[in-house]
Amino acid sequence: MKQNFDFLGKRKIALLFSGLLLLISIVSLAAKGLVLGIDFTGGTLVEIGYQQPVDLVTLRSALEAKGFGDATVQHFGTAKDVLIRLKPKSGVSNAQLSSDVLAAVNSNTANHGEIRRVEFVGPQVGDELAEDGGLAMLYSMFGILLYIAWRFEYKFSLGSVAALFHDVIITLGFFSITGMEFDLTVLAAILAVIGYSLNDTIVVFDRIRENFRKLRKGRAEEIMNTSINQTLSRTLMTSLTTILVLVALAVLGGEIIHNFAIALLVGVVIGTYSSIFVASPIVLALGISKEDLMLPEKEGAAIDNLP
Amino acid sequence: MQNHFPLWKNLLILIVFFVGVIYALPNLYGDDPSVQVSSTRSTHLEQEQTTRIENILKNAGLVPKTLGKDKKDNILIRFDNTEKQMHAADLLRTELGSGYTVALNLAPATPAWLNALGASPMYLGLDLRGGVHFLLEVDMDAAIKQAQERYINDIRSALRTAKIRYRGVSGEQGAIRVKLKDEKTRLAAEQVIKDEFRGLVIDEGANNSELLVQLAKAEQREIKKFALAQNMTTLRNRVNELGVAEPVIQQQGENRIVVQLPGVQDTARAKEILGATATLEFRLADVEHDVQQAVQGHVPVGTRLYHERDGTPILLKRRIIVTGDQIVDASSGLDQNSGSASVFVTLNGIGAKKMGRTTRKNIGKPMAVVFIEHKTETRIVDGKKVRKKKKVEEVINVATIRDTFSKRFQITGLDNTQEARNLALLLRAGALAAPVDIVEERTVGPSLGQDNINKGMISVLVGLLLVLVFMGFYYKVFGLVADMALVFNLVIIIAILSMLQATLTLPGIAGIVLTVGMAVDANVLIFERIREELKNRNSPQASIYTGYEKAFGTIFDANITTLLVALVLFGFGTGPIKGFAVTLSIGIITSMFTAILGSRMLINWIYGGRRIAKLTI
Repeated sequence: MKQNFDFLGKRKIALLFSGLLLLISIVSLAAKGLVLGIDFTGGTLVEIGYQQPVDLVTLRSALEAKGFGDATVQHFGTAKDVLIRLKPKSGVSNAQLSSDVLAAVNSNTANHGEIRRVEFVGPQVGDELAEDGGLAMLYSMFGILLYIAWRFEYKFSLGSVAALFHDVIITLGFFSITGMEFDLTVLAAILAVIGYSLNDTIVVFDRIRENFRKLRKGRAEEIMNTSINQTLSRTLMTSLTTILVLVALAVLGGEIIHNFAIALLVGVVIGTYSSIFVASPIVLALGISKEDLMLPEKEGAAIDNLP
Repeated sequence: MQNHFPLWKNLLILIVFFVGVIYALPNLYGDDPSVQVSSTRSTHLEQEQTTRIENILKNAGLVPKTLGKDKKDNILIRFDNTEKQMHAADLLRTELGSGYTVALNLAPATPAWLNALGASPMYLGLDLRGGVHFLLEVDMDAAIKQAQERYINDIRSALRTAKIRYRGVSGEQGAIRVKLKDEKTRLAAEQVIKDEFRGLVIDEGANNSELLVQLAKAEQREIKKFALAQNMTTLRNRVNELGVAEPVIQQQGENRIVVQLPGVQDTARAKEILGATATLEFRLADVEHDVQQAVQGHVPVGTRLYHERDGTPILLKRRIIVTGDQIVDASSGLDQNSGSASVFVTLNGIGAKKMGRTTRKNIGKPMAVVFIEHKTETRIVDGKKVRKKKKVEEVINVATIRDTFSKRFQITGLDNTQEARNLALLLRAGALAAPVDIVEERTVGPSLGQDNINKGMISVLVGLLLVLVFMGFYYKVFGLVADMALVFNLVIIIAILSMLQATLTLPGIAGIVLTVGMAVDANVLIFERIREELKNRNSPQASIYTGYEKAFGTIFDANITTLLVALVLFGFGTGPIKGFAVTLSIGIITSMFTAILGSRMLINWIYGGRRIAKLTI
């Protein structure tokens, strides 16, 4: 390998950088929180499509006149597409709501729209989805912790899970700061980020383990640095191809999965960074040594020889 | 010999590829707009009906593309365009009349030879094809309460039969209180209840002349299970009445039902029909007592105070003649005398007998039809959501019994024909065992569905193209091999999704896109290893060999953990997330196959078994 960048030597700067990002994210999450979608809050969402661009002010006044004063109205993707959100409403059965909304917005304009999408989530379902999502995140973290502890060593397992928390918190922070809506698909994206970031981290760890066993000389820091450098081009290549398709998805995939693609993009960038600058330094800080990885029995050997 | 696969390995890979192509093929053929005709009476559709439909279409000048039976023995008529389809559906609905369901459908235009192999296209989710998704929650408290009411009546009659005098049997929160004269009768009553009702648990009452009876835990579970099963049957009937092709009605959890209606546009009507718990009761009106006194609170024994639609109070006898359960058929139409909307009702044997007996004895007296509906309202009280259930009972019609009637008769007094149609439908499809609430709804219009398909396709293609170009550029020959493996991977993913008939949703497509980006990872890992080996001055053949060898462990570990996350996603996710998890999991597994074995086969063909000086990587 030609390039031999001292990644671990820069770990103080990385620590500062990560710490700052985490701080900003946590402060924003605490102060501002997330703009939760109706998947989690409950409520009704109506998307209406028009032939011509529509004026939001006209729509708002039309809705207000029909008693939908609490509705938020915004363009969705184009000026011909409108998204109307309603809080869970009292005394009105959901059955009529979407048609009532359509009638209301069509009442004072000749430019008539048609319903493209309706989503209604009851309050109790919203609570459950939020709970299930949180549980899913915890369970996958725990599963990963165990798997890596089994395949590698507990120090690696702590390092990778710390990196995952880092990625998740910063991605959440991004959504909090930008005020982008956090819905079920974004939650799925964050779980996918966990998978992706971990994938990256494991590739690095795998090389560290290999080098610890192979290179008899050298301090832990040196060996880890070499390993990161050896896997660097792979890390960057894979991130690049993934980022390529995600950009395609974000630009061309339409509004419904736009936030999903953005969450993945942010997560992949952060995940790539963390697998180099967060996971390995933590393993080093935990005092990894050659003895931790010198195996009594040849674990993994059977798999290595498979194809 | 290094870098040479045995014949069986090559064959295996080629066979997998070949089978993948075959099963992915149906997705290229698209759909035909079609009309599906099925019988609502679970009788088979015979040649006779097919001929009839052919004639109806011929007379209207509509030429179908094909006309035949589908897998579920319905008649499927395919057309060239949606205009003809709509026209034909309208025509058949009016011509065929009740007894048949006419539904619009998009039938896959898979060629016969692929169908013969069992190949069919992927099943598109509602967000791609348009339609409605409902999550209904069965009100189990109401189901339990209804059961309790039934038990109260049964206990009363059991005590009467056993000649035990009781002072009262009444329901309260979760229990039935049986008041008796003294301890002796209490013991007797306890014995009777114990013998007759297995599903009840008897507790001590407040004093020794009282019994507190509760529904046993097992009995409650039974009631809930029954309520859910019964509701699903009813919903299925109602959905059939609505005319929907390929509806999905599934249980979710202990008290929820998922209903998916592809292609349904009139969601307001769908919701009204699904959620309605309307039923009818026929009662005799009480003409002996004064209504005004009853309004002031003095309701005579054996009667109940009701209101007509215009608010007029009316006294009805407590005893019910016939309920909605005993209706076997109902159809809407116009009353011949008044021209107003009405419902024609046919009763079953028991109902007819009761009705006949009652009407014979009461000629000249008025009889009322009570319309009962359960409604749910959500209110915000102190910042908390409180759901309140309301039972609305209205007298829709009071008519004088002119003659004895039993099996067939008509109900008038409905507001309009739409209401008559809905009531007839509900009566036909049966009542729900317990009220249901819609707790989640997702509707996607057909234009948005098509948009989603197009956008999804474009992002997959563009993403794929970008990766293909990039890989070819960066890894040269090896890059092109990885590209082929990637396309191979995509084909297999689509083939597996088609074979499983898993539902493809927009997040599912996103999963495929993500897989495209990540699937090359295995090849990147391998190629980087080969490059390293070459740098360490190993021979090209040895480099290829060690490159694949050493990268495998890493690929395996990295993919297993991602798979772990995908499985958790699948376990916890609902609809859209599940779709994402499914495609992601399939993509991870297939990418291991294609990126490791598939690419290796090609590399072996190109470089294996001969002396080479240089690798273009």
